[in-house]
Amino acid sequence: MSPDTPLQDPSASELELLSFYVGDHEYSVDIMSVREISGWTRTTSLPHSPPFVRGVINLRGTVLPVLDLALRLGLEANEPHERNVVVVVDLDGRTLGLRVDAVSDILSIPASAMQQPPEISADSAGSFLRALTIVDERMVRILDLEAVMPSNDEVAA
Amino acid sequence: MSDPMQEIRASFFVECEELLENLFDAIQEMTEDPANKDTINIAFRAVHSIKGGAGAFQLDDLVAFAHQFETAMDMVRSDALEAGDTLVALFFRCGDMLSDLVRMSREGEDIDPDLYAPLIAELAECAGISLEEEEAEVDPADFQPMTLDLDLGADVDADFSFEDADFDAELAAILNDPPAAEIASDAPSGGGLSVHFAPKQSIFENGNEPLFLLRNLSDLSLCDIQLSFTPSQSFEQALDAPGLAWTLQLLDGDDEIAAREVFEFVDGLCELTIERTSPQTAPEPMASEADTQLIEVEAPKSSTPKPTSLPDPAPEDVPTAEVEPPSKPEPPAKEPKPASAKQSAPSATVRVDLDRIDRLVNLVGELVINQAMLSQSVLQAGLPKNTNISTGLDEFMQLTRDIQESVMMIRAQPVKSLFQRMSRIVREASAAVDKKVRLVTDGENTEIDKTVIERLADPLTHMIRNAVDHGLETSDQRLASGKSAEGVVRLTAAHRSGRVIIEISDDGSGINRPKVREIAVSKGLIHKDSKLTDSEIENLLFMPGFSTATEISNLSGRGVGMDVVKSAITALGGRISISSTDGKGTVFSISLPLTLAVLDGMVISVAGETLVVPLNAIAETLTLQPEIIERLGPETTVISVRDEFVPLFDLGVELGYRKPKPSYEGAIALLVVQEDGARSALVVDDIEDQRQVVIKGLQDSYGSVPGVAAATILGDGQIALILDAADLLGQATGRSRDLSTLEKAG
Repeated sequence: MSPDTPLQDPSASELELLSFYVGDHEYSVDIMSVREISGWTRTTSLPHSPPFVRGVINLRGTVLPVLDLALRLGLEANEPHERNVVVVVDLDGRTLGLRVDAVSDILSIPASAMQQPPEISADSAGSFLRALTIVDERMVRILDLEAVMPSNDEVAA
Repeated sequence: MSDPMQEIRASFFVECEELLENLFDAIQEMTEDPANKDTINIAFRAVHSIKGGAGAFQLDDLVAFAHQFETAMDMVRSDALEAGDTLVALFFRCGDMLSDLVRMSREGEDIDPDLYAPLIAELAECAGISLEEEEAEVDPADFQPMTLDLDLGADVDADFSFEDADFDAELAAILNDPPAAEIASDAPSGGGLSVHFAPKQSIFENGNEPLFLLRNLSDLSLCDIQLSFTPSQSFEQALDAPGLAWTLQLLDGDDEIAAREVFEFVDGLCELTIERTSPQTAPEPMASEADTQLIEVEAPKSSTPKPTSLPDPAPEDVPTAEVEPPSKPEPPAKEPKPASAKQSAPSATVRVDLDRIDRLVNLVGELVINQAMLSQSVLQAGLPKNTNISTGLDEFMQLTRDIQESVMMIRAQPVKSLFQRMSRIVREASAAVDKKVRLVTDGENTEIDKTVIERLADPLTHMIRNAVDHGLETSDQRLASGKSAEGVVRLTAAHRSGRVIIEISDDGSGINRPKVREIAVSKGLIHKDSKLTDSEIENLLFMPGFSTATEISNLSGRGVGMDVVKSAITALGGRISISSTDGKGTVFSISLPLTLAVLDGMVISVAGETLVVPLNAIAETLTLQPEIIERLGPETTVISVRDEFVPLFDLGVELGYRKPKPSYEGAIALLVVQEDGARSALVVDDIEDQRQVVIKGLQDSYGSVPGVAAATILGDGQIALILDAADLLGQATGRSRDLSTLEKAG
């Protein structure tokens, strides 16, 4: 599917998503930004880093920072489990690992089925979402990776 | 512009750098040995090649300037001008201008002709009256193809001219080469050399070009060339021997070996006789006069078939009217190597994209890590020491280390280019402050990592300027104190115990310590009652915002001083120190790691995390005995090391990994020394290993982490952080007691 494909092409308006569980909640990201999925290994913690930065791991010779997605989204964190996975995402040349509890599914969602998340300002969770959709009567949240990726100001302690 | 053109253009500019380097080398040599003709020839050739290349890319300004520069140099070559001090100084400035123009051309900047006009005027002035003649004298590249008029008899169509105009022109250039004429005048009387050279057809099949051979000979004491053409008797014969033969007269019989070397590559492809001629028979030099060329053409028999066009049933009596240019049909697949014995041959080099080298360096880094992981798993498997696997692994380890070292060497470059830039800085700086300064360099071939060299340029420039501006006295002051009027700045590089030491020294008056102290006090950098040792006072120079020049010159003293230099050096993993002797001068010494890619470190553990501390930061390790631990404040501790109190820092606390321990008795501490000599004790849980680690940047993937310089991957595949001791201690709290009621912010 080339990005130049006209919009009226029905296949173009479909978005492929990788969905995963963070705690009991189902989240997803655009599959095109996922580089790989790796098993959980012990991280090396970085001093003076914000709590949601788990640390860095060795991904075949490169130093990969790993965020705890639950903490990043302000959800309750559970202790890392060996069956957790790291979703390695690529955004504008920056590579980042996201610790999630488990990968669930690959979904094809038509663009028309996407809903704007309602604006509720009580917590910051909404700002990390790009859209909401319903799959098999479950709500699936689509993450805005740019918002998830910490800015340099946030990282600098 | 199309892509291939861009590539050629890029390679032209790369060549320019090399040529400029040669140029400066040659000019530098001219200062030492003005009589040496080789050096001026090298300089001339460098400028000429730049001009030639620039012409191809329509870089008109570059061509215009290079032409004038070259013209002046040509006059020196032909002894019309003497290479005195003023002229060499002018050449230096012209060289600087040429590098500027090359740089501006490369970056596509608009060049204002006014920029180089003054220098052209100066060149013209130096050249003086003789310039007008000079203008008339065309340089070799502009030579018009010379037609060789041949008197072949009335019945023969004398349309005998080379089609290859370049060849012609070059040949003429060789003959007109001024050195030849000028060497002729002071030729040794030991007898000349006669070289007879008749190429066979096979010489062309192999892609050799006689012109290059002749040109190489022209570097020797060539004084005369005669071309003879013998028409072949039959077609078969014509195929084997083109019938062209050159007889070259060399003035110096001692060039025989060199002359033979020239023909080394065409051995067997030509008839070659080289014999010495007695002094009496040495021919009169008759170069530079084109019409004295003698081309002996025997009148061909009318029955001779045309050597090149058998199928053509042309009138039989047309004799060899078309002479194939000797080299035209065969592309010069392999050029004969220049074999001039006079110059040291440059070592063969390959230009490689830096990205590719970086990739190789990275991959080898992976290999080293992988090998470490493999060793560790073999160890964990509990295999006995003397099995094949263990010994094989040992060899593998040795090999990977060798590979790693070799790859690191690829990135290493001699500091020569850097030093050459500095000689320019000295010239400009000394002109700006009107002092006579000579730069002496040593150890130019010392190799360091390319990145280090690039990042050294700015700090070195600063220090050289400082040395010229502040370090050296004025000529009058120097004479008054019994020194020569000319100041000397020395720039040396050397390898010493796995590091590179670069020293910048001057023979000036040394650092005026009372004055430095006074300024430091007046600027509030130190208290006026503080007692400082000599070296402490010298180190005040590295403090931010320090400038000792009473008058702010336009050269230095802008307030960005030695502190910037120091931080730049520190960023490279280097150290800088200063020492000064009253009246004798000042020495700045920079110590740098050989490469930025690996580092010797101590692997330690603290609070369950493994970390690497750069070895160069650690002075010693010690176990804390109860009697040396002293409480300082409610939260802080000092230890006494040989009667000196050193602050104690708990690494685990400073990194935010844990709370202070209840007691530090028996704990292991690293005594860390910072650039300014300040010492601190850093408590760790355990020292695990001491080894070389491959540096992996954190900047790109995560951003900078306070107290952490980079990361590395250990043998077990885990990532370990490499500590930046200076940064860590700079913002350390020093908490070594847990007073949870006194929570400290930050």
